[in-house]
Amino acid sequence: MTARAIAVRLRGLSRHFGDVKALDSIDLEVNDGEFFSMLGPSGSGKTTCLRLIAGFEQPTTGTIELHGQQVADVPPYERDVNTVFQDYALFPHMTVADNVAYGLMVRRVAKSEREKRVREMLDMVRLPGFGGRKPSQLSGGQRQRVALARALINHPKVLLLDEPLGALDLKLRQEMQVELKAIQREIGITFIFVTHDQEEAMTMSDRIAVFNHGKIEQVGTPYEMYENPHTRFVAEFIGTTNVVEGEMARTIHGKSAAYAIRPERIVLCPPDADVPLDSVYLTGVIRDVTYLGMMTRCTVEVNGSVFTVIEPSAQARPAFGYAIGAACVLVWKREHMRPLEGA
Amino acid sequence: MRRAVNFLYAHPNAALLLLLLLPMAWLVIFYLGSLSAMVVQSFYSLDDFSGRVIPEFSVFSYQELFSPANFDVVLRTLSMAAAVTLASAVIAFPLAYFMARYASARIKGLLFLGVMLPLWSSYLVRVYAWKLILANEGMISWGAEQLGLTGVLNWILSLPVIGGPSLSFSYFGMFIVFVYIWLPYMVLPINAALERVPKSLTEASADLGGRPRYTFRKVVLPLAFPGIVAGSIFTFSLTLGDYIIPSIIGDSARFIGSAVLLYQGTAGNLPLAAAFTVVPIVIMGAYLLLARRLGAFDAL
Repeated sequence: MTARAIAVRLRGLSRHFGDVKALDSIDLEVNDGEFFSMLGPSGSGKTTCLRLIAGFEQPTTGTIELHGQQVADVPPYERDVNTVFQDYALFPHMTVADNVAYGLMVRRVAKSEREKRVREMLDMVRLPGFGGRKPSQLSGGQRQRVALARALINHPKVLLLDEPLGALDLKLRQEMQVELKAIQREIGITFIFVTHDQEEAMTMSDRIAVFNHGKIEQVGTPYEMYENPHTRFVAEFIGTTNVVEGEMARTIHGKSAAYAIRPERIVLCPPDADVPLDSVYLTGVIRDVTYLGMMTRCTVEVNGSVFTVIEPSAQARPAFGYAIGAACVLVWKREHMRPLEGA
Repeated sequence: MRRAVNFLYAHPNAALLLLLLLPMAWLVIFYLGSLSAMVVQSFYSLDDFSGRVIPEFSVFSYQELFSPANFDVVLRTLSMAAAVTLASAVIAFPLAYFMARYASARIKGLLFLGVMLPLWSSYLVRVYAWKLILANEGMISWGAEQLGLTGVLNWILSLPVIGGPSLSFSYFGMFIVFVYIWLPYMVLPINAALERVPKSLTEASADLGGRPRYTFRKVVLPLAFPGIVAGSIFTFSLTLGDYIIPSIIGDSARFIGSAVLLYQGTAGNLPLAAAFTVVPIVIMGAYLLLARRLGAFDAL
């Protein structure tokens, strides 16, 4: 496989609003044809980053390249990117067909061609025959699809999506996740997807960048982000984690650095269990047990620190009685601990 | 008392009727009543000898309305109302746009105050104040002199129709005062319409390739249009009916309002006064139909 082209390259990109550094000198490369997610809590800079790529904001410093071309000074209407807005931003005074055709009308595409492509787009987002309706007559999920069709009709080099599923209910959101991913695979356009929902990012993305306080904490595949988080923030933002640090870390590892250990890597054993010699083990007391169906989550207190342990219900139930207040032993393999930076 | 409340709770339609009784009575008796009385009056005629109104159907008042002298009054008023409306819209739009889009909460509050402030003082006082401002020795001619623009002022005054011996005796001066007086009624509805256009809509247009002018034409203007129409209904109908400004500013040429005042008061020709009053109603009706045809109310 040849090296993939870079669709978007950000270098030293900053956006300050007065004293607030919404985006603080980030570097990032997004590959062509990739489903890339920008993940972070609100105010972390992910949306600002997206708006800079779209051209709605001007960078304070730094450069933006789209397929090798500098675009920091190019207005949004001359950039080959399109956006799906969080509130969909459908034109309320136009029909669905006119909304979808907007980009083509701007480019003065002939009417017959326009109608043909609108039909194709509406078919693709599974809204055939909806062209004559007004946006106000559509449900949230339908509006979302129209917004997607409108943004894709221009065949942009990069599609930007700003929390497009945020307003949908859970079931619809999960359906749309699958659908979006399928559409992206089919048309092969680079998607940059902004979300604060780590599960959504994990489900859909080829790669994820985690934003925090205007900086990027880590970039990687969902697997890398979960299995090998570099910072405490990433470890705690993606999934749940237990952080071992201070005295406890010194006892286990001989260093007082911080380590992450995922809850499902820990095995909950009765106090008299045989523990393999190369494993870490800690004695604790069960404080809480929550049965979640597929799995069971236990909270265990060890020397004043709290650990979360997740075990598959099918396996765990018969092996150990989960009485609150019962003594237990937490066992995990040393290689499953991940050292965290700067903690 | 409790039983009455319980009854109303159980019968929401009765409660609604009770609620609407007063405003409906007001609308029907006073508003529609006076309107129909007026329309009926306009089809009566005046006995030239006795000066009494003859309560029999006649289109004499309307024949008189279309006589050259009276029809001039109608045309003059219409042109003024149209010019005032157009100018108000052109001046109000950028201000309303700035207030809706760019102004911080503080600046926006100050601008609202600025727009509304003139409405706090008496209309009559403000018109007289303008008479002084526009007079030959007034602020404007003094300012023009200081800036060396007396030539420009004189050129405007020398123009046919809109000029005159001084701004306070010209149609142009009257136009300025009309625009000043009615501008708030244009700013507020346009602002209200623009407030409801989220920023993401203009961004979406730009994102899809629309240059600023295209975005304005295809997105901002259509969505602001109901506000412009609402504002123009105010400025247009208020100018059509006003009689104070034409009697204080300008060369005393008659407008519809002053004609009505003259005929129903001094001349006692109530039928003709009523016929004059029907003119703005018909014009506004036609205007609203046209606005609807143009889709002004589609976005509501």
